[in-house]
Amino acid sequence: MSRPPGAALGRPPARLLVPALLGAGFLALPLVALLARTPWSDFLHELTSPAVRDAMRLSLETSLAALVLVVAVGVPLAWTLARVDFPGRTVVRALVIVPLVLPPVVGGVALLSAFGRQGLVGKPLEQAFGISLPFTTAAVVVAHTFVSLPFFVLSVEGALRATDREYDVVAATLGASRWTTFRTVSLPLAGPGLLAGLVLAWARSLGEFGATITFAGNYPGTTRTMPNAIYVALQSDPEAALVLGVILLLVSVAVLALLRERWFDVAVQGSVRA
Amino acid sequence: MSLLDAHVVVRRPGYTLDVRVAAERGDVLAVIGPNGAGKSTLLRALAGVVALDEGHVACDGETWDGPGVRVEARHRKVGMVFQQGLLFPHLTAVGNVAYGRRSGGVGRRQAEGEAQAWLDRLGVGELAGRRPAGLSGGQAQRVAIARALAARPRLLLLDEPLSALDVSVAMSLRLELARHLADFDGVALLVTHDALDAMTVANRVLVLDDGGVAQVGTPAEVARRPATDHVARLVGLNVLRGNSEGTTIRLRDGGVLVSTTTARGAVSACFPPSSVTLTVGEPGGSARNRWAGRVVSVAPHGEAVRVHLDAAGGLIADVTPASSARLGLLPGSEVWATVKATEISVYPEG
Repeated sequence: MSRPPGAALGRPPARLLVPALLGAGFLALPLVALLARTPWSDFLHELTSPAVRDAMRLSLETSLAALVLVVAVGVPLAWTLARVDFPGRTVVRALVIVPLVLPPVVGGVALLSAFGRQGLVGKPLEQAFGISLPFTTAAVVVAHTFVSLPFFVLSVEGALRATDREYDVVAATLGASRWTTFRTVSLPLAGPGLLAGLVLAWARSLGEFGATITFAGNYPGTTRTMPNAIYVALQSDPEAALVLGVILLLVSVAVLALLRERWFDVAVQGSVRA
Repeated sequence: MSLLDAHVVVRRPGYTLDVRVAAERGDVLAVIGPNGAGKSTLLRALAGVVALDEGHVACDGETWDGPGVRVEARHRKVGMVFQQGLLFPHLTAVGNVAYGRRSGGVGRRQAEGEAQAWLDRLGVGELAGRRPAGLSGGQAQRVAIARALAARPRLLLLDEPLSALDVSVAMSLRLELARHLADFDGVALLVTHDALDAMTVANRVLVLDDGGVAQVGTPAEVARRPATDHVARLVGLNVLRGNSEGTTIRLRDGGVLVSTTTARGAVSACFPPSSVTLTVGEPGGSARNRWAGRVVSVAPHGEAVRVHLDAAGGLIADVTPASSARLGLLPGSEVWATVKATEISVYPEG
């Protein structure tokens, strides 16, 4: 009954199969080339070189710091979008989506306009407190947060919407406040979406280049994250660029594996059981 | 004063629900009526989930709704049981049942102890550690009932709690539900589509139709003298309306009915489906009440087969499976229906 109908319909036509094969090959070739050209014998040596190590450490720190900010504001934002009827909700949701489609370099320029020395908020901030954000490690975190927040909010909002709102009604008739309901019902039920959002947002932060280099610059040790380091190394130390590239590739593959539904089901059941 | 005293008015475009309910401690009210009559809206308004446009709700000496007063759902002493159960899927049975008391600030150990006692009372104590996904429909609904009762409500609202269950499961749970509701010290409202629920579980029946109360009475009263066609069909009675002159009733939608009761003026003539005889050709014999019609539907109904006919504005007949087969009853079949005059009860309409 569930046998694929393909066989009965005849052979797939070559004029579809050939371009399909070309497309798949085109996607695979650069990855294969990256792996082929990676200096595997020197891999460990490159990995422990100060430049590579610094970039990895900085990327890890900034992406995790950004993740904390993303969760701190992203969960409330997602809940509000999913559960509160307020005028202008569609506008807010559109705003959340904009950074998703905005070219990252434009995001960087926009962040400079807001938080730069002459920026909307940056200028009074510097005049009042002497705080200047651009070209610091904090700026990297801000850039990461800006580009990764939409992934997280959309994922969590979708998960909150997917759970039956009647559960909120049940909780209310059982005497739970909205905060208690959020904490004990909505959030646990949105668990898989939250995990997916976390992974997506973290991956987006880790690969962030355009907004970071525009808003935070590219200073070794303070703002030179892995993508920035790859950009620099390509001119001076191509082997380091390859090593960093392979690491980011491995992270991407890991994310892909994590995002598989099965894993989430297991993870959620595990967290519920604990 | 009644334990529950409510006048619920909810306005929606093209529709108004306007219902007065009063009930004493220990009352179990069955709420019946066709789809769209406002049964669920009434329950949700009492629970505080749907806001009143007008009216008041008072329960156990507290005003929940009234001029300038609106108590949030969570501060009302209500418990709700839903058709789909709606157990929290991420909590165990005991976690679900303890939820209400935990929200009320009771410690985990005490709340779970009480929850376990409730699960035991409902016969699902050994399933305390299971999640809803591991429960059958009947088990889940028992947990849902325990969850509502464990929160110590004064007003228990049950929205078709048995209608999603298999017939046999619903039957056994119905008996237990009747027992638990009899023990319940507050007021219970039970929305149902099933006459059996109304007859076996409730001590009063509230009939809603088109947003208003069509009838209130004991189950026996409502079964004997149903005020609406829907209720008549629900409790399984044929009700024909007309004007009586002696023992002859001129029916509103044409035709004449003969009974053995003398009456004058507007009347309802009632007879049970089991008193209707079906034949394929025009029947002989002494039965004077006869109609030709088509079969609309044929469905098993307990031991019998229930047949709906398009005659006389919609007749119900119960026949044995054997005669159903012999007559070859199918939707569209042409048959004759007869009723003996002695089977017909006549009530003045008032």
